[in-house]
Amino acid sequence: MTIKFSKDHEWVNAADANAAVVGITVHAQDALGDVVFVDLPAVGTTFAQGDVAGVVESVKAAADVYMPVSGEVVEVNEALRADPSLANSDPLGAGWFFKVKLSDASQLDALMDETAYSSFAASA
Amino acid sequence: MSAPAAAPLLTTPLNALHIELGARMVPFAGYSMPVQYPAGLMAEHLHTRQAAGLFDVSHMGQLRLVGPDAAAAFESLMPVDVIDLPVGKQRYGLLLNDEGGIIDDLMFFRVAQDEIFVIVNGACKVGDIAHIQARIGQRCQVIPMPDHALLALQGPQAATALARLAPGVDKLVFMTGGNFQIAGCDCFVTRSGYTGEDGFEISVPAAQADTLARTLLAQPEVKPIGLGARNSLRLEAGLCLYGNDLDTTTTPVEAALNWAMQKVRRTGGARAGGFPGADKVLAQLDNPASLTRKRVGLVALERVPVREHTELQTEGGQKIGEVTSGLLGPSFDKPIALAYVDPQHAAVGTRVHAIVRGKAVPMEVCATPFVPTRYYRG
Repeated sequence: MTIKFSKDHEWVNAADANAAVVGITVHAQDALGDVVFVDLPAVGTTFAQGDVAGVVESVKAAADVYMPVSGEVVEVNEALRADPSLANSDPLGAGWFFKVKLSDASQLDALMDETAYSSFAASA
Repeated sequence: MSAPAAAPLLTTPLNALHIELGARMVPFAGYSMPVQYPAGLMAEHLHTRQAAGLFDVSHMGQLRLVGPDAAAAFESLMPVDVIDLPVGKQRYGLLLNDEGGIIDDLMFFRVAQDEIFVIVNGACKVGDIAHIQARIGQRCQVIPMPDHALLALQGPQAATALARLAPGVDKLVFMTGGNFQIAGCDCFVTRSGYTGEDGFEISVPAAQADTLARTLLAQPEVKPIGLGARNSLRLEAGLCLYGNDLDTTTTPVEAALNWAMQKVRRTGGARAGGFPGADKVLAQLDNPASLTRKRVGLVALERVPVREHTELQTEGGQKIGEVTSGLLGPSFDKPIALAYVDPQHAAVGTRVHAIVRGKAVPMEVCATPFVPTRYYRG
């Protein structure tokens, strides 16, 4: 399974289209610095692609978390809420934000793969 | 307070060192400045609280006022006792406009009876120097020092580290200073800073700044600290940031800086008034009930950071003020803020609501500093 990346620096792993995992990228957490707070969406909320679904904050800055794909939030990472530093220490793993039931899997095709995202982030 | 967007960024004499150290550079006050080094804001903040941190604050403005009338002239610009400040001592000052609003906050040091050394904010320095020149340029020489860098060494081990290089510097007490040779550099050192910790600020010729900084960083206690941690350290110490917590529309009384206005300049004092905006400032001092807003400290009762410009309401939903600085204090380990509120809601212990993304975050007015200061008073 491949992970796809958005221009807003989120990643989505859609191995399970009914529970695609969303988080922020290594680049995003590095730009933010030490994450001290996350605001996660309510389970059951439906968002369109590009909607603000959450917030991630470091000591120095706050950033919105955008939906990389449309869908309904089916689960949020309570461990991340309790320990926001997981977004720094393991952004692609234990630091995931929420899971989404995709409403339009074709949106994944327009997202970047890892190679494309790496060059995008490097030039950002 | 930002520089014109088109202006090229200036660099400090330590620019090459910052880049060599892997700093993330950002525009600040018209300069390219290190916001953090690879260790990161949190680690840098905590290191400063437990050991010693080195800050490049060369973007700040340094100037000298020279002449037999310098102290009296400078005093005419501020609600502060300049004339009686003894030689060898430093004091906090406030330049006011004719409405009593704060043009800048600053530190000044009495070098000699006829000489004052002044440090002002980087983003304000051009305007400050023009203001000082225009108002008192006929009474004393106003001599900017753009050829000098400014370093701050802050933290409980700062004195140990610096005394190793400059024996005797540890004898200085808070808000005093003197000339020292450090690693062959001609330094002017004061025991002061902007972190709430013991520490020093060091003015040094720009050409010697790199040598001095590298020598300080070679001390085992010392690590480089960026502007990000400088901001979280000062906020935990309850210190105002010009442009956030102070501006030309806030008076010293609204800003709860009454301690900075000595009795001799207040109503009934031997040199009462005689500074810009004195009518308004003295009236506010004499009649605190006339204030429409007052600066307070706030602590959040939930772990949600509350940032600048966040609206504050009563628990009943009535707007009472706004946050001017706020973050999760890395040492305090709770969200803290400075804010201006209706004086009716300024008493310590008052509960207020901060409206964050449409939701009310409960906060409580509390005394500052949030983290106890550890200035060395001998």
